[in-house]
Amino acid sequence: MMLSKGLKRKREEEEEEKESLAVDAWWLDPGHPAVAQAPPAAASSSLFDLSVLKLHHSLRQSEPDLRHLVLVVNTLRRIQASMAPAAALPPVPSPPAASGVADNLLASSDAALSASMASLLEDLSHIEGLSQAPQPLADEGPPGRPTGGASPGLGALDLLGPATGCLLDDGFEGLFEDIDTSMYDSELWAPASEGLKPGPEDGPGKEEAPELDEAELDYLMDVLVGTQALERPPGPGR
Amino acid sequence: MVSLSLWEADIISTVEFNHTGELLATGDKGGRVVIFQREPESKNAPHSQGEYDVYSTFQSHEPEFDYLKSLEIEEKINKIKWLPQQNAAHSLLSTNDKTIKLWKITERDKRPEGYNLKDEEGKLKDLSTVTSLQVPVLKPMDLMVEVSPRRVFANGHTYHINSISVNSDCETYMSADDLRINLWHLAITDRSFNIVDIKPANMEDLTEVITASEFHPHHCNLFVYSSSKGSLRLCDMRAAALCDKHSKLFEEPEDPSNRSFFSEIISSVSDVKFSHSGRYMLTRDYLTVKVWDLNMEARPIETYQVHDYLRSKLCSLYENDCIFDKFECAWNGSDSVIMTGAYNNFFRMFDRNTKRDVTLEASRESSKPRAVLKPRRVCVGGKRRRDDISVDSLDFTKKILHTAWHPAENIIAIAATNNLYIFQDKVNSEMH
Repeated sequence: MMLSKGLKRKREEEEEEKESLAVDAWWLDPGHPAVAQAPPAAASSSLFDLSVLKLHHSLRQSEPDLRHLVLVVNTLRRIQASMAPAAALPPVPSPPAASGVADNLLASSDAALSASMASLLEDLSHIEGLSQAPQPLADEGPPGRPTGGASPGLGALDLLGPATGCLLDDGFEGLFEDIDTSMYDSELWAPASEGLKPGPEDGPGKEEAPELDEAELDYLMDVLVGTQALERPPGPGR
Repeated sequence: MVSLSLWEADIISTVEFNHTGELLATGDKGGRVVIFQREPESKNAPHSQGEYDVYSTFQSHEPEFDYLKSLEIEEKINKIKWLPQQNAAHSLLSTNDKTIKLWKITERDKRPEGYNLKDEEGKLKDLSTVTSLQVPVLKPMDLMVEVSPRRVFANGHTYHINSISVNSDCETYMSADDLRINLWHLAITDRSFNIVDIKPANMEDLTEVITASEFHPHHCNLFVYSSSKGSLRLCDMRAAALCDKHSKLFEEPEDPSNRSFFSEIISSVSDVKFSHSGRYMLTRDYLTVKVWDLNMEARPIETYQVHDYLRSKLCSLYENDCIFDKFECAWNGSDSVIMTGAYNNFFRMFDRNTKRDVTLEASRESSKPRAVLKPRRVCVGGKRRRDDISVDSLDFTKKILHTAWHPAENIIAIAATNNLYIFQDKVNSEMH
């Protein structure tokens, strides 16, 4: 799977958001005949989508503006309450222009939204550099998800793992795009490897378990400790 | 009204006159503080009577990096508050999102000359050349303004500081962030007392944040804080150490005819200011300014519409986030006129006695020096006069968030993005 650079990805996502807001702006125009005559439900749904986008964007900031966040969430709850008969049902087909984020949040309960927002707010002091997004927690059980504790960062990772696929376009991988993984991708100890070619095609293709001799072990230790620069690993039999 | 002066800088984030009005401090997005001083009126230059000139500029805050949370802390100055002057020096508090600093501003206009042991450059003299003793003499020199940091009040806040307020006791001050208010002693930097904490045990119960707070101008035990839900809480520090229980709660019931999804957002109070008399409070929310009587909690005694024509545009303003803009408000020295900013570089003034209001514009085009400011009007359809601006052509990027009024005279400071305007009413200099 192709991984794009982190910064570029975020800008692309933001541009997509801005684009979708610009394209969908017709429903904001009170003079627009469709809006003027639109039943309240349609307007609420559009506002809901907009609020969800705002919440998403706000939570993605490294340090969200708490006032902005709280006001958007409260507004979202108001809108949701007014849409209650529709929103309580299992996933409602949303307007074609709505993003995948809105789809998932329409499907989730208010409690789940509170829980996800709350747990993310709780983690605000702990999470470092991870993108944060509201999660559908319908399958996660009660909102008593551990927030503090020994490894709050890992807790958030667990949360973001399985459920994230629909929210992050490039899935779980996207969270780690700024970590240099060439160290883990290279096949240092596979005797037949061509050197330090990163990439999954080298790894999973191997059928034999690689065997290490003492020299190779020593070499590995040196590399791990940092005393040796990475170079072509010793061949077998040395 | 006569326009006097205009300075261009970085985006101005706060404006504050000192207690005499002689000095005016501005803070900007780049962490700088610029202090202006009013020139004394002189017969020699009658045209520059009482104009403000740059007095001192210094870097108050620098961008910081919180390594623990992997977050950058902005150097933007959120608020400046002057301390009452107690000696020849001036002092002010400036704060960014996390750290408050106390600065001392002193003047040096004399320099000692004629040392025995060192020469003019400060180098030690060859003692064999010293044959007689002289008494060093103070000689006049060009005025030098020196600014030095005296205290740094750090690590008191987890969330972003939105207000600071100096107590009338001149010994303590408070700082407020989204969820907590701390009380500091001006001389002690390594600890503060938490006096308000609205952080819920479960963050999922968080529905309200603190938006502004201020000490009462005369009663050192009283302070008020406002919330994102539009309520004001007056607290008495004598009642309890932790002032979570308010003494008085000021809240206006929602108007059912104006109800919308945005009711809460537009009711969020962005600024609260006690009147000079201490009898009233002034609040600003998105569409109005309100005057509250401390003796009446049920509703404000006066409500003024700042830009009611925006009420039908709330959806667009929500979409472009303008609905979250935080405007400040100000009293004049006699508490008879109130002022606040708006969009399109407009600012509004309301006379509480005559009930008349005026809209003025802070822009280069309309502010030639010595010119009279022309009142502006926003038309909402219907009859349109020649110079009216239509609602749809308002520029929402030109917002006047920060304004200040001289404590005694009709002089106002208006921050329009990165320009500072100082207007002075020459005709009506005296307060009435």
